Amino acid sequence: MLGIEAMFSHFDFEVIIRSLPYLFYQGMTFTLLLTALATLGGIVLGTLLALMRLSGFALLTVPAAAYVNLMRSVPFVLMIFWFYFLVPYIGQWVTFSSRPMQVGAFASCLVTFTLFEAAFFCEIMRAGIQSISRGQVAAAQALGMTYPTVMGYIVLPQAFRNMVPVLLTQTIVLFQDTSLVYVISVTDFLGAASKVAQRDGRLVEMYLFAAVVYFVISLAASRSVGLLQRRIAIIR
Amino acid sequence: MSAMIEIAGLSKWYGPTQVLKDCSAQVAKGQVVVVCGPSGSGKSTLIKCVNGLETFQLGRISVDGISVGDPKTNLPKLRARIGMVFQHFELFPHLSVMRNLTLPQIKVLHRNASEAEEKGARLLDRVGLAAYAGKFPGQLSGGQQQRVAIARALAMEPIAMLFDEPTSALDPEMIQEVLDVMVALARDGMTMIVVTHEMGFARKVAHRVVFMDQGEIVEDAPTADFFVKPRSGRAQLFLSKILQH
Amino acid sequence: MHYHWNWPIFWEISPDGVHTYLQTLLMGTGWTLLTAAFAFIIALTFGSLIGVMRTTPFSFAVRIGDIYVELFRNIPLLVQMFLWYFVLPELVPRNFGNWLKQLPNASFYTAVIALGLYMSARLAEQVRAGVLSLPRGQRQAGLALGLTLPQTYVYVLLPMAYRIIMPPLTSELLNTIKNSAVALTIGLMELTARARAMQEYSFQVFEAFTAATVIYIAINIMVTFAMRIAERRIAVPGYLGFKPQDAGH
Repeated sequence: MLGIEAMFSHFDFEVIIRSLPYLFYQGMTFTLLLTALATLGGIVLGTLLALMRLSGFALLTVPAAAYVNLMRSVPFVLMIFWFYFLVPYIGQWVTFSSRPMQVGAFASCLVTFTLFEAAFFCEIMRAGIQSISRGQVAAAQALGMTYPTVMGYIVLPQAFRNMVPVLLTQTIVLFQDTSLVYVISVTDFLGAASKVAQRDGRLVEMYLFAAVVYFVISLAASRSVGLLQRRIAIIR
Repeated sequence: MSAMIEIAGLSKWYGPTQVLKDCSAQVAKGQVVVVCGPSGSGKSTLIKCVNGLETFQLGRISVDGISVGDPKTNLPKLRARIGMVFQHFELFPHLSVMRNLTLPQIKVLHRNASEAEEKGARLLDRVGLAAYAGKFPGQLSGGQQQRVAIARALAMEPIAMLFDEPTSALDPEMIQEVLDVMVALARDGMTMIVVTHEMGFARKVAHRVVFMDQGEIVEDAPTADFFVKPRSGRAQLFLSKILQH
Repeated sequence: MHYHWNWPIFWEISPDGVHTYLQTLLMGTGWTLLTAAFAFIIALTFGSLIGVMRTTPFSFAVRIGDIYVELFRNIPLLVQMFLWYFVLPELVPRNFGNWLKQLPNASFYTAVIALGLYMSARLAEQVRAGVLSLPRGQRQAGLALGLTLPQTYVYVLLPMAYRIIMPPLTSELLNTIKNSAVALTIGLMELTARARAMQEYSFQVFEAFTAATVIYIAINIMVTFAMRIAERRIAVPGYLGFKPQDAGH
């Protein structure tokens, strides 16, 4: 088709190939590292928040619920701005320093993403914990186990196993959300592609390439999760 | 007299499994035929083939001379002339009882609203539920819902009615009210194929009983003959099991 | 702490010389709501269409629906916005491309389309889930009465499916409002962009972002409240709905 040929007749594959090392060694490693660490931190904090919400003590449920609802009411972009400016002050407060702490871009992003995603992981874990039947808890307690033991050995392990597909899906969402660090000019994969695009004047090539890469990785990841889900279902 | 419903050499496969094996039967106008058999015998599949809700690979089905499997047949039009009553009633929960009755009349038969409502009201009265026109299905009991479902099918003025285990999902105390409606329908001369375990109903109004097992029609006999001396061992076994209680 | 608080900053005139900072924030809110509203309409339209296609017995339609959903779900929203805003004008015939670049409020139209299509993939999933959760007999009963397949969808399946998915639909509407903030990267002066601008010019970081946060929370509460009323209004008497889970954002 003539139209498509005309569209891509000036397509510069060279710029993509030349910048591959930069894109992947600088950009993608940032993206993947942020995704991995924020996921871990988010799950840990999220589980904690979930336990707080389920504890039944107003002192714990109210702040946890308020936190989760706040994070879920506000755009991620706004939160990125908030923490970009807030983290140095928090660092100052926590270290009793006299000046706002200098925090690197990665650290700031890590804090932001962990705290933000924790709210979503909290809701996932809450659903997972609540899906474990009361009978399990009753049986464990009848055996004389205390609450921490019941949680740690009976409920949480089962809840995690049930929630693995959903948690992984949320991780894929996180992976895509890392692109938003663009708004504070941090160089993740998209940021790197953008830099090359603007420096070499090759917006079309770089953005299309970025889209393709995100697409392939996300699709592969979600297909894998689907496969995993099917294998778990069989084992059950 | 040509049959109202003719099934000839019907065979159907779900993938590698054959669920209907060379089934043949005829239902004359005004006849009531009961289809029974153990679960998995293909009874529901058979009657769903009659109005094209299920497809089939081999054989021929015709209703009032119109071939069901023919790609040129206008299925919606044909289905409008055949009434079907489902095991789980399948009333439309978001519509009131009256609207359940009038919607198909208006949209399929293109009747106007007042005609449809008048017909609906008469049918509701006929099934004993005139006072429920404004209620919603969720507010009715199972027996009431099924009676409305029968009224809904009748509103289309069908030439034949298909019943797929109409009382199987009902609590015991509600079965009779539905069977009473079906008996009255039979006595009024409706052509009916009824898949059911209710042998009392069969004995009362069925002209013939068709016994199916594992996708085949094993026996097809006049009612009296079937109950007194079923010819096949499988039918005898089945009868002995269900007539016990 | 060296931060100097100045709450009355909201009543000071912003750099545009005409509006106070508060007014600029409210203007931004207007753009946020407008963008989200139009985007959601697009999302609902396309999402319903694709969702329905994926529940038909036609494998061709299902495939197309699947590809559509995978395409829009696996590319980050920000990248999709860049594609529409920066890449599309370059790929179309020169004249059309130039016209696109000169279009006033180009970032608004781009944001609406990009956001709308991104959310439509999510809505397609919800609509599909809603239709599939209905008993199989409903479709059969509709067809058995002589309704055509489109009629069965319109009069029997979709009315119940939409009621069933009201909770996740509300959640997606809120997501649409939140995701509109991403459009600040292509120049849309919505609420977050205005808050950022206020921060950049006045250096009153926390006042600016607090105001934006408060406004988003207020919007959230009002929309949730309105949807809950709507849910109750259209509820079917005697019917207990099924509530699918909502996750992600």
